[in-house]
Amino acid sequence: MMERLKFIFVALALFLPSVLKAEELDMDEYLYGHVSDAYEWHLTTFKGHHVSIPLPVILYSRSSGWHCFLSSRLTHGEQWKGFSIVPAEGGGKGRIMETLPDGSRLRPLDLSVTKNVAGLLFNSLLLVLLVLFTANWYRRHDARTEVPSGFAGLMEMVVMMVEDDIAKDCIGKDYRRYSPYLLTAFFFILINNLMGLVPFFPGGANITGNIAVTLVLALFTFFTVNIFGNRHYWKEIFWPDVPAWLKLPLPLMPAIEVIGMFTKPFSLMVRLFANILAGHFMILGVVAVIFLTAELGAAMNAGLGVVAIVLGVFMDILELLVAFIQAYVFTMLSAVFIGLSRQTPD
Amino acid sequence: MSLVTPDFGLLVWMTLIFGIVLFILARFGFPVITRSVEARAERIRTTLDDLKKAEERMKVLAREQEELIARAKEERDAIISDANLTRRQIVSQAREEALAESERIVTKARQDIEHEKETALRELRGKVADLSMQIAGKVLRKSLDGDGEQLRYVNRLIDELSEQDK
Repeated sequence: MMERLKFIFVALALFLPSVLKAEELDMDEYLYGHVSDAYEWHLTTFKGHHVSIPLPVILYSRSSGWHCFLSSRLTHGEQWKGFSIVPAEGGGKGRIMETLPDGSRLRPLDLSVTKNVAGLLFNSLLLVLLVLFTANWYRRHDARTEVPSGFAGLMEMVVMMVEDDIAKDCIGKDYRRYSPYLLTAFFFILINNLMGLVPFFPGGANITGNIAVTLVLALFTFFTVNIFGNRHYWKEIFWPDVPAWLKLPLPLMPAIEVIGMFTKPFSLMVRLFANILAGHFMILGVVAVIFLTAELGAAMNAGLGVVAIVLGVFMDILELLVAFIQAYVFTMLSAVFIGLSRQTPD
Repeated sequence: MSLVTPDFGLLVWMTLIFGIVLFILARFGFPVITRSVEARAERIRTTLDDLKKAEERMKVLAREQEELIARAKEERDAIISDANLTRRQIVSQAREEALAESERIVTKARQDIEHEKETALRELRGKVADLSMQIAGKVLRKSLDGDGEQLRYVNRLIDELSEQDK
């Protein structure tokens, strides 16, 4: 066994430098390219060629109306009907801009199916299929006398964990009304977190590490809390149980409470976004060690490569845990906020 | 694309996609699962309750059975002792009856014997008197033949007897 390992190390040390021509690694491009949204889905780079799946670009320009075409028309800075992807240094931050006849640039309404949208669509379809498959088991069986096994059994365990430990415990008596939302949020975040950890297509899109996605999720919780909040909830915001001078003439406490209404979903948004983004960065950073050390020589590269792989495995396992924990925390805090809005004074 | 500024297109898509997923799953997905599992939990609860009730009922039944057995045993003992008593009574009664009967027979036999004895004695006395009369007659006739003295004595006796008869 040890002999074989030694052989592998020697082979790695001999072959790696010839395989990896120590290219200059653009760290910014490498890191941000992997965690940012894009108009195409980059699969791999093979012999210097980028292999990507082109995605539909949907634009509305005030001057020329609706446009819909594949993103392959815009690769390498090409222009199509006046549209082009303008890099960050051009002021476009990598987004599509329209160049008007007079030379000025305008940002059109951009509803393109980007990498993240495509990932969202795929993961959502997968989630819907998985949950409907599980629900179908219950339709075909009498759950009072039978217990599901296999995947349906796993789903039942997780569903009931969210239902009992989160919804029931945090909301209280009318948890039934909210548990479908909480379950959907939990599984939606979980599947997108997990798919984000899969390093190849159709995974790898940094969806829950994107602030737009977490913003929408947080907004759903915000509206759920504030639309269905009861009288007691609003009274606690505008006329809380504090000494009167804190409320009149300067509405100090109401102001704090109103700010709190928005900081709660804001914290949800930032927490999920930052945790997942940081996880992606860490894994990418560990993997980058292999490429960064390529120019330090074969032995150094092989040694640090092994370290990077071990660390990478560790980080991946950690991120699996984080994927679950963040879904759990988002759901639990949502349930807590909903529970606060449904409290009745005792 | 910047990391911390939400992209409008993605916001729209995300709202749309999450809204549709929420609609589908909240309508056809999760409630089916949670309702079924709750129904199962409810069934387990009722089954456990039933089990508890059945156990209590079993205990009561067992106690009743024990009581029944104990009562049956008592009854059996009572019947056996009754039978013993009756048997003893019957036996003693029979013995008494037998004793009485035998006594009666013995008494009757004794009376018969007495009676027979009497008759026999009477007969014997008669016979003896007869014989003695004959013997006496013969003796007298002999004596009277020989001696006047004796004749006188007899006469005297006859006189005495006739005086006594008077």
